[in-house]
Amino acid sequence: MQFFRTVLTIARKDLVIEARSRELAYTTLFFAISVVLVFSFSFVVEGVALTDAAAGILWVAIAFAGTLALGRTFERERQGDTLKALLLSPVERPAIYVGKLLGLLLLMTAVEAVIVPVIGLLFQAPLGRAPWLLVGLLAAGTIGFAAVGTLFAAMLIRAQSRDVLLPVVLYPITVPLVIAGVRGSAAIFAVEPNLAMAQAWLSMLVFFDAVFLTLALWVFGPVMNE
Amino acid sequence: MVSVDDVSRTYGRRRALAHVTLQAGRGEVLGLFGPNGAGKSTLISVLSTLLRPSSGRVRYGSHTSDDTGDALRGQIGVLGHDLFLYSDLTARENLAFFGQLYGLDNLDARVAEALRLARLTDRADDRAGSFSRGLRQRLALERALLHLPRLVLLDEPFTGLDDDSALVLIERLRSLRERGTIVVMATHDFDTAEAVVDRAICVDRGRAWPVAPGVGSLRERYRRTLKERD
Repeated sequence: MQFFRTVLTIARKDLVIEARSRELAYTTLFFAISVVLVFSFSFVVEGVALTDAAAGILWVAIAFAGTLALGRTFERERQGDTLKALLLSPVERPAIYVGKLLGLLLLMTAVEAVIVPVIGLLFQAPLGRAPWLLVGLLAAGTIGFAAVGTLFAAMLIRAQSRDVLLPVVLYPITVPLVIAGVRGSAAIFAVEPNLAMAQAWLSMLVFFDAVFLTLALWVFGPVMNE
Repeated sequence: MVSVDDVSRTYGRRRALAHVTLQAGRGEVLGLFGPNGAGKSTLISVLSTLLRPSSGRVRYGSHTSDDTGDALRGQIGVLGHDLFLYSDLTARENLAFFGQLYGLDNLDARVAEALRLARLTDRADDRAGSFSRGLRQRLALERALLHLPRLVLLDEPFTGLDDDSALVLIERLRSLRERGTIVVMATHDFDTAEAVVDRAICVDRGRAWPVAPGVGSLRERYRRTLKERD
C-alpha cells in the first residue's frame, strides 16, 4: 500500500506543478502539432497522404514530444535538487521511479489525445477502424518509451550535457518500440487493413514494456545511489 | 551515536574525503568548518546515505545504512545547500508533500506547526518560488525537521538568514539538542555557529581533525588549527 501511496503522491505533485505552470503541456503540444503540420505539407499531395505516412508521423511526434517532456520533467527536479530530497525520503526507490513515470504518462496521454485526431484529420487516417487496438498500441508504445526515458532522464540529471545525451541514449534503445508502433498503426490505417498483424505488433510492444519496466525497476535504485 | 570510521570518498581520481574518523553523540551539535571544496558537503552527503563511502563505514547506533535502508533515512533530516523545495508548490504544499512521503500522521497539524515555527503562517499559501532566500531557508529547515529526525544534517544553514532569523535558528538547534537530536552542521559562519556548536571539526583537503580547544573565539582557534596542520 505504501508503495502505491508514494507513487500517487509523486505523480499528483507533478500534475499540480504542471497544472500551475502548464509549461510542459504547452511546449510538448506545440512541438508535436508543429511536427505533424510540417510533415503534412510534405506527405499529403493533393489531399492524398502517402502510404503509411500517418503512422510514421504519429510515432515521430510522440517520440520527439516525449523526449522534450522527459527533459523538462527532470529539469524541475534538478532546480531545487529535489530529486535528492526524494531519494533521502524513506520510500522505496522504485516507487519514486513509478511516480515520475506515471506523471509523464498522463502528460503524454494528454498530448496524444490532441495529436491523434489532428493526424486523422490531416492524413485521412481511419482512426475509427479499430479504435481499441489503436489505443492499445498507443498505450503500450507510450509506456515503453516513457519507462526507458524516465530511467535515463533520472540517470542524466547531474550530467552537464543531459539535453544532448538524453536522445542519444534513448532513441537507439527505443527504436524497436517505435518500429512496432509504426508497423502496428500502419496495419490499421492501410487501405487493406491487417488487424491480426496489428495485434501481433501490440503483443510485441507489451513484451517490450514488460522487459523495459522490469529492468528499469530493478536498476533505478542502484543507479540513483550515486 | 553516529560514527564515521576511516571513511574515504573519491570522485574519479580526486579524493574528496581521506580517512575521516569522527563521532557525534546524542544531543550534540557538531560543527564542520573548512575552506570551500574541503569536503564538508561530501561528508554531509555520506552521513545522509546519499553517497556511499569508497572505503570505511558509517554507523548509526549499531546499524549501517546497508542493513537498515529506508527506515534509516526516515530518521535523518537534511537541509542541503540547495533547499529541496518545489518553487511551484506553496509553502504548505511543500511541507505536506514531504510529510506524505515520510508517512506522517496528523499531517495538517504538523504542517501548521512547522509553518508557525518558520514564521510563514501568513504566507502558507504563497508559492515557495516567490520567497526570498531567507524565507525559503526557514521553510527548508522546517521541511527537514518535519518528521522529527534523530540525526539532522545541515549544510550552510545560515545562508540568507537575517540576524533575527539566525537567532531563531540557533534557538531551534538548542531545542533539538535538548530533545537528544544529533546535529551535524557545515558552515562558514563562525560567529553565529559559536553560540550553539558543542564541538568543532576542521575539514581541509578531505581530512578532518578537531578544532583545538583553548583561548580565543571559534574562528581564532580554527585558524590556529589550520595553521598548525599546514
